[in-house]
Amino acid sequence: MEVRKSFIRQELEYLVENWIIIPGKILIRNKKALIGFIIILFYIIMATIGPYVVPYPKSYAFPKYIKPTIFQWPPSLEHPLGTDYFGADIWAKIVWGSRTVLQIAFIAGLITTVIGVTVGMVAGFLGGLADMILMGITDVMMTIPGLPLLIVLATLIRATDPWVIGLILSVTAWTGLARSIRSQVLSLKQREFVEAAKALGLPTWHIVFREIMPNLMSFIAVNFIFATIGAIYGSVGLYFLGVLPFTAFNWGIMLNMAYTQAGAHHSLETIHYLLAPIGAIIGLQVGLLLFSYAIDEIFNPRLRTEV
Amino acid sequence: MRWIVKRALMAFITIYVAVTFTFIVVKSMPGDPIEALTQAFIRQYYMRYEEARALAEAVAPFIPKGSIFEQYIDYITKFFRGDLGVSISVSTGKPVVEILADAIPWTVLVVATALIISFSLGILLGMLMAYRRGGKFDSIMITFLSILRSIPEYIIAIILLSILGFQLGLFPVRGRYSYEALTMLEEGNVLGFIADVLWHATLPILAWVITHIGGWALGMRGSTIGVLGEDFIAYAKARGLPERRIVTRYVGRNAILPLFTSFMLSIGFMFGGSIIIEYIFSYQGVGLLLYQAIQKRDWFLMLGDFNIIVIAVVLGAFFADLLYGFLDPRIRRGGVE
Repeated sequence: MEVRKSFIRQELEYLVENWIIIPGKILIRNKKALIGFIIILFYIIMATIGPYVVPYPKSYAFPKYIKPTIFQWPPSLEHPLGTDYFGADIWAKIVWGSRTVLQIAFIAGLITTVIGVTVGMVAGFLGGLADMILMGITDVMMTIPGLPLLIVLATLIRATDPWVIGLILSVTAWTGLARSIRSQVLSLKQREFVEAAKALGLPTWHIVFREIMPNLMSFIAVNFIFATIGAIYGSVGLYFLGVLPFTAFNWGIMLNMAYTQAGAHHSLETIHYLLAPIGAIIGLQVGLLLFSYAIDEIFNPRLRTEV
Repeated sequence: MRWIVKRALMAFITIYVAVTFTFIVVKSMPGDPIEALTQAFIRQYYMRYEEARALAEAVAPFIPKGSIFEQYIDYITKFFRGDLGVSISVSTGKPVVEILADAIPWTVLVVATALIISFSLGILLGMLMAYRRGGKFDSIMITFLSILRSIPEYIIAIILLSILGFQLGLFPVRGRYSYEALTMLEEGNVLGFIADVLWHATLPILAWVITHIGGWALGMRGSTIGVLGEDFIAYAKARGLPERRIVTRYVGRNAILPLFTSFMLSIGFMFGGSIIIEYIFSYQGVGLLLYQAIQKRDWFLMLGDFNIIVIAVVLGAFFADLLYGFLDPRIRRGGVE
């Protein structure tokens, strides 16, 4: 029992050291990534706790202004970002919308990465006919323009479930990742440590997950971030065009309403209605991008030695 | 030669897959598209039901008769003959091919111009950054350009439309050309017409250039730094060649080559993304047409438009590929992946 306990403790210390202390040090040293991390943290708190703190954005919540003819409801103390033309608080809409935006982006990023890595690994590792077929499919999917395909699929499926939307968004997004994973696996396969593992007669799963995977981790993690950025681009775009059914709050829907219903881009008096979702989207994208600068260091054991 | 045939085959397969995909879409569509077309004809031309139904079946690219395999063959042959059916609701009865022929040059105009401008500017900027690598200009530009690159182009488009279009009134906010330009054309003032067209295309092009210049500049910076470390550059310098010649012939030419893969991907990305850009600027190209077709549930126009976008992208990528092989002989010999 004594030995077991210390083993668990050792593992725990190793985990804390590896996933909290060292990444923390890297973040503190890399100012850009630290800013990105803080931004992402802010958005995650907004999406998880936000809806419990900020009241539901009811329409006509601003009784002073419920005259249907008045179009501008500017920012005030009570409503920090102003209200839209229904009198619903824009800040509350941003907060409630962040949940769906982040959810869809995370799911789509995850599906994209899993498909891309799986296809790339299988093609690179097996080679031969499997490689030829998989890369043929990848090349075809890569050439078919993503957004029109997304729009046709979204029109057909009328998805409301975030998993289904995520799946639609990753239909063509995985191709680039699959191609680069494949070429990296091809070069890793030739390396001494893989040869050694093969010579030792280690099983394939060991070679794939213990020898090759760790070398790809930082690359996969960076691509997960990029897939998430791409998914935000796609999902907000689809909502902005009004192709996906409007069921929950989403920044893309806010953009759509500001653009089509309020004509918020016409005049400065209603511009806050448009600027709020724009700011939210740009902030999230920039945060993810800045954070991706540190990913390489956090996941790549060789770069860590400097810390 | 074998290389070209292989690429052509790949392009054909991609188009074939896209057409097959649209067939599946037609088959799995909610509601009967032929019925929708029949109803549209009845509303438009006050026909009797049987008459309208017969007409709809005659002009639809997809006839609901025979086994599914026969339907598929019928659909494919009609497609490759250029028969994409007629529009159901956007402009009832008009052949889809005609509608698309009117729209596609405008999208090509915007996308091609934006691609060329952003590519050339990005390459210049990237080389400049590479020559000043490690400096203040370089590090500021890296952050600035990568932030710019992560912003969706439709956001930039809305901002441009709002500021330059509506607030300052510098550029037109909608359309491909103004009404006056059309009379100019009739009077034979072609230059005036072209100027008006370019003036209308400026904002959509600008939206693309702003969001895409970063990608090219950063890519070019990386590959230029790689080339600068090569032995043949040191040798060229040792030979005392003029700096200008080294920069253009030795560094520039070699550094551009790795960017061609993303050039081909960009064609597809921009052609696809033109849906949102054209929607924002009410610019009547294939993108806005796809949006209108979806809004009005005009199935044949939607699928024909989708296929046209795929074909344009595939052809664009194919020719860029040929050009790449022409510029870099190593590709033709199959030596470099």
